[in-house]
Amino acid sequence: MSVDQKMDSSRRTLLLATSAAGGVAAVATAVPFVASLTPSERAKAAGAPVEVDVGKLAPGEMMTVEWRGKPVWILRRTPEMLASLDKTDANVTDPASDEPQQPDYAKNKHRSIKPEYLVTVGICTHLGCSPSEKFKVGAESGMGADWPGGFLCPCHGSIFDLAGRVYKSMPAPTNLEIPPHQYLADTTILVGDDGKA
Amino acid sequence: MTTKSQAVLNWIDERFPLTSSIKGHLTEYYAPKNFNFWYFFGSLALLVLVIQILTGIFLVMHYKPDASLNAAGVPVAFASVEYIMREVPGGWLIRYLHSTGASAFFIVVYLHMFRGLLYGSYRKPRELIWIFGTLIFLVLMAEAFMGYLLPWGQMSFWGAQVIVNLFSAIPVIGPDLSLVIRGDFVVSDATLNRFFSFHVIAVPLVLIGLVAAHIIALHEVGSNNPDGVEIKKKKDANGIPLDGIPFHPYYTVKDIVGVVAFLFFFSAVVFFAPEGGGYFLEFNNFIPADPLKTPPHIAPVWYFTPFYSILRAVTYPLFGLDAKFWGVVAMGASVVIIAFLPWLDRSPVKSVRYKGPIFKIALVIFVICFFILGYLGVLPPTPGRTLVSQICSVLYFAFFLLMPWYSKLDKCKAEPERVNFK
Repeated sequence: MSVDQKMDSSRRTLLLATSAAGGVAAVATAVPFVASLTPSERAKAAGAPVEVDVGKLAPGEMMTVEWRGKPVWILRRTPEMLASLDKTDANVTDPASDEPQQPDYAKNKHRSIKPEYLVTVGICTHLGCSPSEKFKVGAESGMGADWPGGFLCPCHGSIFDLAGRVYKSMPAPTNLEIPPHQYLADTTILVGDDGKA
Repeated sequence: MTTKSQAVLNWIDERFPLTSSIKGHLTEYYAPKNFNFWYFFGSLALLVLVIQILTGIFLVMHYKPDASLNAAGVPVAFASVEYIMREVPGGWLIRYLHSTGASAFFIVVYLHMFRGLLYGSYRKPRELIWIFGTLIFLVLMAEAFMGYLLPWGQMSFWGAQVIVNLFSAIPVIGPDLSLVIRGDFVVSDATLNRFFSFHVIAVPLVLIGLVAAHIIALHEVGSNNPDGVEIKKKKDANGIPLDGIPFHPYYTVKDIVGVVAFLFFFSAVVFFAPEGGGYFLEFNNFIPADPLKTPPHIAPVWYFTPFYSILRAVTYPLFGLDAKFWGVVAMGASVVIIAFLPWLDRSPVKSVRYKGPIFKIALVIFVICFFILGYLGVLPPTPGRTLVSQICSVLYFAFFLLMPWYSKLDKCKAEPERVNFK
């Protein structure tokens, strides 16, 4: 190699530095593109609380309201339904609700503020299907003779009891989520706001 | 050729490799002379890709990716598909071609992949062709999945909900990742619009690029054949493989036969059974998406069901991570493992024609398991079915993971020097 063909190492350093700076700029340019994929301000603002009147709900009946685009169930449990929770205690993964799937005021056996009303997000904690109600007891439910009533997810077969607690060895890892909620009056529930946050 | 047209051709060739490309890829690309019907499915996959792109272009002219409700209370996206079906002249045909094309794509691609398994088309020196092919399959699944959301029916919505939630099973980054995919806290208008963008622009571009790489790699090393012997080993005085024939006109003409036969079946489905018995277009998808109510039974479209069954088969938590995560890992692995075949197969021969009984039995078990998994994937789970899908999932993986041993143990026959041709 002749002298004038020799590599100019200062030029090479300059070239590397320029490439590195250009690479940083290219990565920085990607930031707004990735950011644009995250929920927009409008989507974030859409999570307003929902006021629900549960006065017309008969014992054993369930209603569904929409909160943040998700179904929220409000189930008025009968004394028999509440009693079934004692039976299912041994069969569920997390009987004492130790996983943070509920606000502290719903961390109890019936997973609710008032034992009678269960307020829960009707989305299976496995992959987000909405479980179906299987309130009928015993063989009539199609769930086996000793079925105490609960929910069955149609997608992957997870089953939950009447407090939204998931049975053992199910695809769903945790109990159904209890949303923040509070009673504005005796039979008026505000879903999405417990006045604490 | 007249001197004038020769002059035009020369003018082009000095500026663009037209003649040399035609020679390299068609008239002087020598393919083995012993291709059988299994070799139709590569060119048919290309045909279906063209059908999908053409029909897709026309569908986009009328379709609206909008999840908001119209005056009649129906989501705009769902209504625009009905509009295409009922009011756009010829719209029903274009849409049925596209929806049937999606299923046809997978049928053709599965047969194309099976051909590779039969004749060892993935073996050295065709590893990269096989890897590009696996990537095409992955990208095709993404394309089909995102396209399935667009009609905004119940199955579209809940299928997307389930699959996007799969990503939230990944530890640490999962929940944020699924949020970025959806662009909202639930599957919503934001999700519909980005899936539309991916389905019509981003993913097709990647797909076409990969198909080009797949074919370029193939034409670099040359095609395999049912005997699995390299035709380039025996050449004549001009350097042309003795068992090779020019792709054009020999295989272009042969492939036209395949095209005609394919279009015969394809048209029969399009005109007489476009819903494919509820498997090509699921009945629940004729109900507009309702975010508050999951249909009593949801199942993915048939071409995803073998992998979906593998996902459902994992029901045990492991290493402190829940079963959901391992289900996702198993499903991902069941596709990715295909790419490793070139290094898993240690058999001295490529083609099933010369492989021994162990491989043949393994292949039969693998195919049976694949069908059983596919069948179970459309059914609701019961404990018995879950057990069967667990057994089949294990056998599915065993086919790949035990291959380094059983392919070596197998008693193979000697490969012939030249291809068999009658």
